[in-house]
Amino acid sequence: MIRKVVAIILLAVFGAIRLPLEMKLDAEQKAAHLRKPVLNLDLRERVGQMGFLAALSGFRSPLAAMLWIEAHNAWEKTEWGRMAGLFDTVTILQPRSTLYWDMASWHMAYNASVAAREDKKQPSEMLRIRNEKQYIELGKHILENGIRNNPTSAFLYERLGVILRDKLNDHCGAGEAFLRASEQPNCPPYVSRFAGYEMAKCPDREREAYDLLLKLYNKGPEERKPSLVTTLQDLEKKLDIPEAQRITLPPQEEGH
Amino acid sequence: MFRSIVPIAKNTFTDLVRQKVFNIILIFALCAIGSSLLMAKLTFQEEFQMLKDVCLGAMSIFTSLLAILATASFLPRDLEDRTIYTLLSKPVPRFAYLLGKLAGIILLLFLFTALMSAVFCAVLWFREQEVLRETMAQMQGAPAEELQAALAGVTNATFNINLLPGILIIFIKSALLASMTLLISTFATSSLFTVMIAAAVYFIGHLQATAREYWMQGMSSNVFTTTLAAGLALLFPDLQAFNLTDDVIAGAAISWNIFLQTFALGWLYVTVYFAVGAFIFSGREL
Repeated sequence: MIRKVVAIILLAVFGAIRLPLEMKLDAEQKAAHLRKPVLNLDLRERVGQMGFLAALSGFRSPLAAMLWIEAHNAWEKTEWGRMAGLFDTVTILQPRSTLYWDMASWHMAYNASVAAREDKKQPSEMLRIRNEKQYIELGKHILENGIRNNPTSAFLYERLGVILRDKLNDHCGAGEAFLRASEQPNCPPYVSRFAGYEMAKCPDREREAYDLLLKLYNKGPEERKPSLVTTLQDLEKKLDIPEAQRITLPPQEEGH
Repeated sequence: MFRSIVPIAKNTFTDLVRQKVFNIILIFALCAIGSSLLMAKLTFQEEFQMLKDVCLGAMSIFTSLLAILATASFLPRDLEDRTIYTLLSKPVPRFAYLLGKLAGIILLLFLFTALMSAVFCAVLWFREQEVLRETMAQMQGAPAEELQAALAGVTNATFNINLLPGILIIFIKSALLASMTLLISTFATSSLFTVMIAAAVYFIGHLQATAREYWMQGMSSNVFTTTLAAGLALLFPDLQAFNLTDDVIAGAAISWNIFLQTFALGWLYVTVYFAVGAFIFSGREL
């Protein structure tokens, strides 16, 4: 009995010694995004008791994978509402996986929205359009949440820019999203051009677009894509840039 | 003393192998291959993500189960078939007996993790080659730059160097669980009791960080809850510190500094739990 009491005391002393080490490691793991946020009771209701237990025991990723496959099955049956709920749970379980945010947003903004617009069961066109817009907004909202969880993800900013440009016709918002994407590490070079093209269509941001596109143009022939040159020339006219400061293409590039 | 530890470790390892624990590898392989076939209808990014999620999750489950179940049966079985009396009647210190047992199970867990990793890598590699071939066939007429970018996209979605430290941390977590189960078995009366307590510690260990924060940040003025949180933080291991694979799959990187600290913390737990276990076992009436 005495040995057991001594053993508990020894374990407690070990606990006190390792506490500062664990707290330091905990802080470092959190800074490197290697520790997951605390689970809440809302998730407990969504995944059920066993699922919650699995998530608590460190099996978040397999649980997320299983729910994702369930969402895929829901997609095949075009159960959009159920899909949205499952996506929500998956992204709570794995908030650092940009793939889940991107795919969830794409399903809602593209597949579910088109299905809602072409819903034969809904006779009112007004309601069909309203539902379509709601799904697009949901797709946008998913990406915004994804960005909040992954603030340095160029990929998610880019995807947000694409939805704003193609689905919501919001050129100012799209320009801003592409611009933010281009400021993140590992961003593909074409995203900066996208930012310039969209800002060029946004009132009050033409000058900014001109400066950005001119900077890209001056980087060299690699960046002088036909769309960039045309947009830059349009902006030169719109902003009344003096003739001497306008871009001059070498004869072989005139044909672009 | 080293002479007595090595044969006990070898014997423990052989004994476990004879119990056909390696059949779990077969189940793991079926899991990996089955899931890869099942997910063939998903996009390749989704498929690879799922494959990594399922395989690393299964690896973590199987190694944890093996560590707890195999270690829990050592002492009761040796007591039942009286092997322990034959062994300890020879000049074998009790702690050398325990160390041999622990070394045997850790060796088995290492081999087990290595084999599962090999199966996982092989399945991932075969699927990657298949997707690469499909991509090349689909993009036959595309410019070389675009083709290279598409192929790089496939490769980046499969192998990630951070998976390796993630897998090693799964192994160290299982070694920690084995050492903890051995400690429990030194005062337990049956293997069922050991398994139940070890399972409880496993679940509590995943919540230890929450209890620690609760206690350290003084979130409650209630003496009972504060004492309870302090007790949990001091007596239980922080198992969440060893759950890094979820975020590694999602793209997070494990720096050398974090890896070494986590690895060292794991071995510290193994050593201390073993030492406390040996201390209890040295006074146990057999």
